[in-house]
Amino acid sequence: MEQSGEYRIAGPRMRVWEALNDPAVLVRCIDGCRSMTPVGDDRFEAVVAARVGPVKATFNAAIALCDVEPPERYRLEVQVKGGVAGFAKGTALVELEEVTTEETLLKYQITGGIGGKLAQIGSRLVESAARKLTASFFERFAVDFAA
Amino acid sequence: MATETGIGASVKRKEDARFITGAGRYTDDVGQHGQTYAVFARSPYARARLNGLDTSAALATDGVVAVFTGADLQASEVGDLPCGWMVKSKDGSDMVQPPHPPLAVSSVNYVGEPYAVVIGETLEAAKNGAEALDPDFEEQDAVVDLATAAEADQIHESVPNNQCYDWELGDKAATDAAFAQAHHVASIDIVNNRLIPNAIEPRAALGEYDEASGTYTLHTTSQNPHLERLVLAAFVNIAPEARLRVISPDVGGGFGSKIFVYAEETAVIWAAGQLRRPVKWRAERSESFLADAHGRDHVTHAELALAEDGRFLGLRVKNKANMGAYLSTFASSVPTYLYGTLMAGQYKTPAIYVEVQSLFTNTAPVDAYRGAGRPEATYVVERLVETAAREMGIDPAELRRRNFIQPADFPYETPVALTYDTGDYEASLDRALDHADYSGFQARREASEQGGKKRGIGFSCYIEACGLAPSQVAISLGAGVGLFEVGEVRVDVTGSVTVVTGSHSHGQSHETTFAQIISDKLGVPFENVTVLHGDTGRSDYALGTYGSRSLAVGGSAIIKATDKIIAKGKKIAAHMLEAKEDQVEFEDGSFNVADSNQSLTFGEVAFAAYVPANYPLEELEPGLSEKAFYDPPNFTYPAGAHICEVEVDPDTGVVTIEKFVAVDDFGHVINPMIVEGQVHGGLAQGIGQALLEHGVYDDTGQLLSGSYMDYTMPRADDLPSFTVDTTVTPCTHNPLGVKGCGEAGAIGSTAAVMNAVTDALGVKDVPMPATSETVWRALRNGGNG
Repeated sequence: MEQSGEYRIAGPRMRVWEALNDPAVLVRCIDGCRSMTPVGDDRFEAVVAARVGPVKATFNAAIALCDVEPPERYRLEVQVKGGVAGFAKGTALVELEEVTTEETLLKYQITGGIGGKLAQIGSRLVESAARKLTASFFERFAVDFAA
Repeated sequence: MATETGIGASVKRKEDARFITGAGRYTDDVGQHGQTYAVFARSPYARARLNGLDTSAALATDGVVAVFTGADLQASEVGDLPCGWMVKSKDGSDMVQPPHPPLAVSSVNYVGEPYAVVIGETLEAAKNGAEALDPDFEEQDAVVDLATAAEADQIHESVPNNQCYDWELGDKAATDAAFAQAHHVASIDIVNNRLIPNAIEPRAALGEYDEASGTYTLHTTSQNPHLERLVLAAFVNIAPEARLRVISPDVGGGFGSKIFVYAEETAVIWAAGQLRRPVKWRAERSESFLADAHGRDHVTHAELALAEDGRFLGLRVKNKANMGAYLSTFASSVPTYLYGTLMAGQYKTPAIYVEVQSLFTNTAPVDAYRGAGRPEATYVVERLVETAAREMGIDPAELRRRNFIQPADFPYETPVALTYDTGDYEASLDRALDHADYSGFQARREASEQGGKKRGIGFSCYIEACGLAPSQVAISLGAGVGLFEVGEVRVDVTGSVTVVTGSHSHGQSHETTFAQIISDKLGVPFENVTVLHGDTGRSDYALGTYGSRSLAVGGSAIIKATDKIIAKGKKIAAHMLEAKEDQVEFEDGSFNVADSNQSLTFGEVAFAAYVPANYPLEELEPGLSEKAFYDPPNFTYPAGAHICEVEVDPDTGVVTIEKFVAVDDFGHVINPMIVEGQVHGGLAQGIGQALLEHGVYDDTGQLLSGSYMDYTMPRADDLPSFTVDTTVTPCTHNPLGVKGCGEAGAIGSTAAVMNAVTDALGVKDVPMPATSETVWRALRNGGNG
């Protein structure tokens, strides 16, 4: 599974970067996110309730930030364990470009895979579910950022 | 005796009333006081190391009774699940069998492999417990592609090149020589797609342990409860057979997938002993997709050498068979002794050489599925024959006719180890051609073309070998069990009859068919015959139901027992009528003294046997109950001709089956309606394989077709109204002259459909299943979907 896209966010690049690194912001912007707990340098544990087609489950995600180059880019390594629902894993490369001092272009590239029941039942649905999750994240992020 | 309920009558099924009214009693309907519920934790990875498994949170979950892991079973010396057929490689070495613990211990090798069982007071508690398990998996690259599996990473430490065996059958030198003489060589490269069985009733098990007697009872969805008991006793070490009873009550379909001994019932019966409480498990449909043994999955190259006049000179087959991650109970025999031996088909091909390399992959185990090896063999032979006919410009019916083994040739010894006893292949083909209105095909094709459609016709003249036999030959070829069957005929005091058979009915209608035989032979009213089966506590050791054997082998055992009943009845009647034993004849339910008007009804003789007032007790034991074991001297060889006519819409790729004709020779038929039903079901499955069904894994070993959203079962509107007919050449070596009908539909039909589809499209091959998308693509690139 691969996805990529870009969003324009009204704000200076450094502020966007800070928001993207703020667990409180992320909890608010990830659909179904119940918690986001830092567990060390550039590492978080998140609990997300998500539904992919008929598979509804609470997922524990381990998130690691790699190759961090503030305020330009980082790579998110995400490992998701869904218990009996299976697993998901993915990498998101996030880059911020300064369009103007007051506008930032956020680019992302996501690659990932799923396994277990998620794949068995949800393989045909997971791509659109992931798209929806991604779209909703950036919409919320933009709104949250403007607030 | 020709009656409304005897042999040859389409009697309505005894079973139907309870099934239609919901009164059937399946494993999941059985409940016991204090019952607990099992849920299996299954690997989400196709291949991973299991570095640890934290069960503490699961054990702390409300209502969880116990959690057992692979290590727990190992510590308790629970044995591995064995494979029951030892196949040898070309070089004489034994096949390589990787360890197959019921619950994974340190590695998992397919998605769905169980690694722990959580037992709860309720199903919900067990599910919550399973959710709370914390396994530490370290994912590894999975081996998924069969064609390249021998060169891929080694899955099991003990299995180099992932190879189970590299087997051969036939005379290589003679076959090569035949090819050197060939006027034409036709060749094909085909894939026999993986199928997922999908019995309507998922697998289930209820394990119980009785502390008072130290006895285990397992209710489970098995086609052969004695085999289940044997394996659990002798290999898994649950308890000696005498303290282990296995009951298969009503079972809703098996198609082979319920022959095998699986991890789940093994864990359940063991856990019942540990906990001293009943443990129930029933698969959810998702689990069935992942963890029932799958079927087929071959990649094959085959060549046929022909003379100028179309005579077959030689056949060469090189096949790769997918075993999945572990060897299921009979997996090794399917692509070998049930496949290579069938390569002569209905033809006098003088030289045949078959090579089969069986390989492990990180997918669900593959084993027998309706037809088991014979559909795959038929698919090779019949696709190849049709290809040769097209390439040589010979009518495909005519090419088959030129090569048929003729009635005068029987018994016919093939170059691949079988001796066919009887058949008349031309009779079936002629009848099928009539039904199909073959001579009118060209006009129908033109009419289709005028409507912008493409029309094709395809043949399949299949043979199968049923009632796997005889025991000594099979055992010499590696079988781990005998292949006989037991039948017991218990005449009751007032003359009704209870039959106990080792054959198990899970859709085959034994309760009706066997009652018809008894009614016919003993003259007892059909409704006074009850057939009991599926219980090791009721019948002697027997082999159960697989390979279309129930009537040919199980029915023959019943006939043998019935003969003993009649022989004893004659002795009793002779005493009562003061006649000589050889003067007594038995006919239409009465014992008559020849050339006299003296006679006794069957009921009177039965009563005398149990209330022995006027009875020769000094010479004859009282009672009228007889048992017989029957070990067949040979396979039976059902055969037939299937013709399929399809229309293809080139704009959408949709294939419509316009007509399907099946003319089968099953020998004598006991109940034509039941036989027709068996054929219909088989055809639906064979057509399903050709057009709809496909078990698909992605390249990481995730099962993509794991639900009915993605795995397409045939539905009524996918199928035409079948034309089903029979011809009869009675089997020469069993008392009923019967051959078996359970698998024929699934064996013959797939090749007929694909021959029709490729004919319509004018291409050499289209991969199965020929879905509308595949066909649409094939139309645009000249084949290969």
